[in-house]
Amino acid sequence: MIRLAVISGKGGTGKTMITAALSRLLGGTMVLADCDVDAANLELLLSPHLLQTDPFMGMKNAVIDPATCVLCGECEARCRFDAVETQEGTYHISPLRCEGCAVCTQVCPVSAISMQPRQTGEILYSETCRGHLVHARMVPGAGNSGLLVHAVKKTALERDGSCDLFLIDGPPGTGCPLISTISGVDAVLVVTEPSVSGLHDLQRVVTVCRQFRPRILVAINRFDLDLEKAGEIEVWCRRENIPLIGKIPFDPAVIASVRAGVPVTDTGPAPAAQAIQILAANLEQELKQSGKQR
Amino acid sequence: MKLAVASGKGGTGKSMVAANLAFTLAWTENITLIDCDVEEPNLHLFFPGQHEEHDVTVPVPVIEEFACKHCGKCSEFCQYGALTVLPDRVLFFPELCHSCGGCTLVCPKGAIHETPKRVGTLSISQPMPKLKLITGTLDAGSPHAVPVIREAKRESVRDPEVILDTAPGTSCPVVEAIDGSDFCILVTESTPFGLHDLQLAADVVARLGIPAGVVINRSDGKDDDTIRFCVDHDLEILLTIPFSREIAAIQGKGDLLCRARPEWQKEFAALALKCRALAGVEP
Repeated sequence: MIRLAVISGKGGTGKTMITAALSRLLGGTMVLADCDVDAANLELLLSPHLLQTDPFMGMKNAVIDPATCVLCGECEARCRFDAVETQEGTYHISPLRCEGCAVCTQVCPVSAISMQPRQTGEILYSETCRGHLVHARMVPGAGNSGLLVHAVKKTALERDGSCDLFLIDGPPGTGCPLISTISGVDAVLVVTEPSVSGLHDLQRVVTVCRQFRPRILVAINRFDLDLEKAGEIEVWCRRENIPLIGKIPFDPAVIASVRAGVPVTDTGPAPAAQAIQILAANLEQELKQSGKQR
Repeated sequence: MKLAVASGKGGTGKSMVAANLAFTLAWTENITLIDCDVEEPNLHLFFPGQHEEHDVTVPVPVIEEFACKHCGKCSEFCQYGALTVLPDRVLFFPELCHSCGGCTLVCPKGAIHETPKRVGTLSISQPMPKLKLITGTLDAGSPHAVPVIREAKRESVRDPEVILDTAPGTSCPVVEAIDGSDFCILVTESTPFGLHDLQLAADVVARLGIPAGVVINRSDGKDDDTIRFCVDHDLEILLTIPFSREIAAIQGKGDLLCRARPEWQKEFAALALKCRALAGVEP
């Protein structure tokens, strides 16, 4: 099985749109995962049929029993995450700020604080016309998104580990969810855009990826919005020895297809769809090489 | 007032809105602009110049091997699995540590103390006479964005007018950035992705009890679904910015809309006034 994550550094460069189109164009059996658990959008393009929902339990959270609490304030003094709040003369712990460290349970002189399991999301297992999709709904603001990403990937590998390809729609950024997404993948496709922010964020995410040693590939989306910046990205990729395997033009057909809820490659021979076909063909070549290297 | 700019979906134009607001307001009043998107900070690209920089550190445990009796209490207590006690030594995994200090509390021998470990940097610059820019940058490969955001916000506690640009998404880095704000601008775009993620972001600000309004960016005029959502949820649409290749090109080169096209300054000044009115803050 080849594991490929589509990532970007910068948000909104077109990861999900490209992942959905690639699911149509890449051959063989596949399992899909949406690891952008904060704001999961892949389902909006793949019309999945939901098969199963499982609760996701994040870190345990501290809860104060007001009947036992003697209001000494020791928990508030020791909590490094400012999660202990006073409301109408009683102490309570903000579930949005609590990181589940349990220090408060340790310092409470009357054992009024306990660690309670908390559901912070759901893992969804669905059927699409190109294979199973594992996605998630995170309780907004819940945190633990890196753990949830890990759980989504684990579900996909446990249930569909025999597929030829594991295709992952990744999160933006370089932090905990991104690191969780790229750990163990064979290749990453970084989707960027021709702007100072796009190039800057590409450079940062590549630095992070290199610590995990996957094969790194780049595509520029909406490249024709700034040909000069697109050229700069191309030069940078060449210098860094990173294959630039696709250049997708700005195309109103993309927004139309997102509104229609389908990958752009389903809506006819739009310029963006044709460019993604070339991207997919180049990607298959590159993945074959990664496969051989393994 | 403390004004946060958030979005749910990435790439909708948060940094663009935050940077243009700060640029417009800083002609007449002292503004502090904080880049809380510490995983991919971009605001400094629009305000180049000299800056001073210092490290952001978090406390991590150091085990005094001579005092440690390998009892395993620290590893048993650590909720993140950052410590593993072997018969003759203790393994520490810094990337898993949340710096809660719990291990130092539970060690019966007092064999654990804490030492600072760098996780990122803060850079502070003065790109305009009345504009202070604080950029938090997470070190590449470090998973913990929250301490860097917390430090960036701490740097501005005494500043009266603060604009915070946040990361995309709805998890801990976003909560940390917008918590304590007087108002939050939610930036969206007129696509189903934009709307879906706007709903999530609106949910987060509602949970935090922060009043909010919406900016629609790159509008192609087909905003009916977004407008309906905003009406249903009592979110005022504060500004609509049309899609234009010209605006995209200005941004792409690292310029600001309000610098390249000064006529936009009155739109952003009006946006700030609306936010202050909705937040109930006197200008």
